Amino acid sequence: MTQILLKNIDREGLHTLKVYEEQGGYQSLKKAFEKKPEEIIEMVKASGLRGRGGAGFPTGLKWSFLAKDVFPRYLCCNADESEPGTCKDRLLLEKNPHMLIEGMILCSYACRIEIGYIYLRGEFYHIDAVIEKALDEVRQKGYLGKNIMGTGFNLEIHTHLGAGAYICGEESALLNSLEGMRGEPRSKPPFPAVEGLYSKPTVINNVETLCVIPWIVNEGPEKHAAMGTEKSKGTKLVSVSGHVKKPGNYEIVLGTPTSELIYNMAGGIRDDNKLKAFIPGGSSANILPADKVDVPYDYEAIAEAGSMLGSGALIVMDHTVNIVESALRMTYFYMHESCGKCTPCREGTRWMWQLLTDIQNGEGSNEQVEKLEDICDNMSFKCFCALGDAAVAPVASSIMHFRSDYDELIKKLTPGVTGV
Amino acid sequence: MFAFSKTAEEQIENILKKYPEKKKLSAILPLLTLTQRQEGYVSPEAMIEIGKRLDCSPAYVQSVCSFYTMYYTHPVGKHLILFCHNISCQLNGADDLLKYTEDKLNVKVGETTEDKKFTLHREECLAACCGAPMMRVNDTYYENLTRERIDHILDSLD
Ligand SMILES: Cc1cc2nc3c(=O)[nH]c(=O)nc-3n(C[C@H](O)[C@H](O)[C@H](O)COP(=O)(O)O)c2cc1C
Ligand code: SF4
Ligand code: FES
Repeated sequence: MTQILLKNIDREGLHTLKVYEEQGGYQSLKKAFEKKPEEIIEMVKASGLRGRGGAGFPTGLKWSFLAKDVFPRYLCCNADESEPGTCKDRLLLEKNPHMLIEGMILCSYACRIEIGYIYLRGEFYHIDAVIEKALDEVRQKGYLGKNIMGTGFNLEIHTHLGAGAYICGEESALLNSLEGMRGEPRSKPPFPAVEGLYSKPTVINNVETLCVIPWIVNEGPEKHAAMGTEKSKGTKLVSVSGHVKKPGNYEIVLGTPTSELIYNMAGGIRDDNKLKAFIPGGSSANILPADKVDVPYDYEAIAEAGSMLGSGALIVMDHTVNIVESALRMTYFYMHESCGKCTPCREGTRWMWQLLTDIQNGEGSNEQVEKLEDICDNMSFKCFCALGDAAVAPVASSIMHFRSDYDELIKKLTPGVTGV
Repeated sequence: MFAFSKTAEEQIENILKKYPEKKKLSAILPLLTLTQRQEGYVSPEAMIEIGKRLDCSPAYVQSVCSFYTMYYTHPVGKHLILFCHNISCQLNGADDLLKYTEDKLNVKVGETTEDKKFTLHREECLAACCGAPMMRVNDTYYENLTRERIDHILDSLD
C-alpha cells in the first residue's frame, strides 16, 4: 500500500537534513522551480488534496483564492493540534520536520509568499527546538533565505509558540494569537485569503496537508488523484485511540473501511470486548454506534453515516463505557475551552455541563435530557465560530444513539423517578 | 523587581527579528513564555516590563496573559505535572491514575506540594492520545502510564 506520510517515519535520524535527503528529500524543489508558481497550484488542485485539519476544504482552491496582486502574503502552518483524540501532527513534527518545511517551501513558491510561520501549541515546546534546528540546517543549505537556488525566490520560515488554548487552532483565532492578541475568532468574511495575518492575504494549512505537497510534486497529481474515492483522494493519517489493542497512527487510503482500521490495523478491541461506539473524527464529531463500523473512512461516507472525518481521530469505546460519562468529559472540555466571546457557546456549554453532571450523579430526570436537546438546538449554527457546533456533537449524538445510557442513570440512581 | 536575564535578552533580540518591524506585538506570547520559564510565573512587574518592550500598556499584557492557560500569575512548584484527563486518556484509566497521583503527592488538582517540589494540574488533550494515559512533566511527555511508571518518573526527579 502506498505510504506518503509514514514511509520512512521510523528511520533513525530522519529529522536531520542528511538522512532526509538520503531518502529523496527536497528533490521536489528543483522540479517545482522549473515550473511557474501557478502551475504548482494547478497541480495541487488536480491532485484532489483536501485540508487535513478538520474542514476538508480543497487545498489548491484555497491557494487560488488569495487576493490578486496584494503583497506581502503570509503562510501559517497550523500546528496547534489540540482536538481530543488527535496526535498525528505531533508525530510528523517530531520525526519528520523536513517534510513539513519542504511542503511549506513549495506552497510559498506557488503562492508567492515570502514569510511563513509554524504556529505550534505551547505544550510542543520541545518540538520547537527540533524544528528550529531543522530550519537552521535548511538555511545553511540555501533552501531558505534570499534567492533560493538561484531562482530569485526569497523565503523565511519561523516558529511561534502558543500558550494553551484549543480555540487558537481555529484559523482566525490563530491569526489573532499570532498578532499578539487574545485568541478570539474573527468574523468571516473577510477570509484569511483576502485579509489574514496583519490584514494581508494568508494561506493557513494543517501540518499533514502541507506534508503531502512534496509527494504530489514528485509523483504527479494524477497518481494522488488515483488513490481514494471519487471525492476523497489520497491517504490519511488516522490516530486510533481508546479501547483498541494497538493504538497508534495509521496511514490508510481514503475509503478503507473503519472496521479494517479497528480490527486489523489496531488489533481489535481490548480484552476482545464488544465494540459499543466510536467517534470517527475527534471529539467534535458525532459519536456513532457499533453497527456503523463498516463505514468507509472517507469524508462523504462518514458524513452520510451521520458524523464527520474531522481531524482523523478515531476514538474507540467498548461495551463497558457509559456514553454519558464520555459526553460529560467532552462537554467539560468545550466549556473549559470556550473563548467566551459569544453567549450561546459560553453559557450553553456551562449549562450542558451542569445538566450532564446531575445526570451522571444520579440526580437527573427526563426533563433534563429534553433540556439538553433544547440547548443543542439553540446552539447549532448559532455560535460565532465552529467550536459551538463542535460542543453540540457529543451531547446530541449521545442522546440520539445512546438514550438508554441516560435512562439507565436516571432510573438506577434516582429513587422515585422511574423514567417517567 | 523584575529583569530579564542576559540569555533572555539575547533571545528577545532573536524573537523580535521573527516579526515585521511594526508588528512587534506579535512577540507578546514569546516574551510571556520567556518570563514564565525564567521566573516560574508572570508577575505584575514582568507585565510592566513586557509592556515597555512592546509599546503596550501593562493592562493589555495582563488581558492577553489571562487568556492562555499556560501562564501562571503565582509561583508554581519546581516540577510542573500536566495530567491529561480528556477522552482517550479517560477511556484508558486516567481518572484513577490522577487520583493515585494526588494521593501520592498529598495534593489536590491545582495545588503545589508543601515542599514546593510539585504542582499538579489536570490538563486537556495534549496530543498523545495513542499513548494514553499520559502526562507532561516539565517539557517531557510520558505515555502509557501505570502506577509503577508514575512512581518511577516522579521518584527520580530531584
Ligand atoms: C475550534 C477549532 C479548533 C481547530 N483546531 C485545529 C488544529 O488544532 N489544527 C488544525 O490544523 N486545524 C484546526 N482547526 C481547523 C482550522 O480552522 C482550519 O480549518 C485548518 O487549519 C485549515 O487547514 P487545512 O485546510 O489544511 O485543513 C480548528 C477549527 C476549529 C473551529
Ligand atoms: S463559539 Fe465559543 S469559542 Fe467560538 S467565538 Fe463563540 S464563545 Fe468563542
Ligand atoms: S486525550 Fe489525553 S492526550 Fe489526547
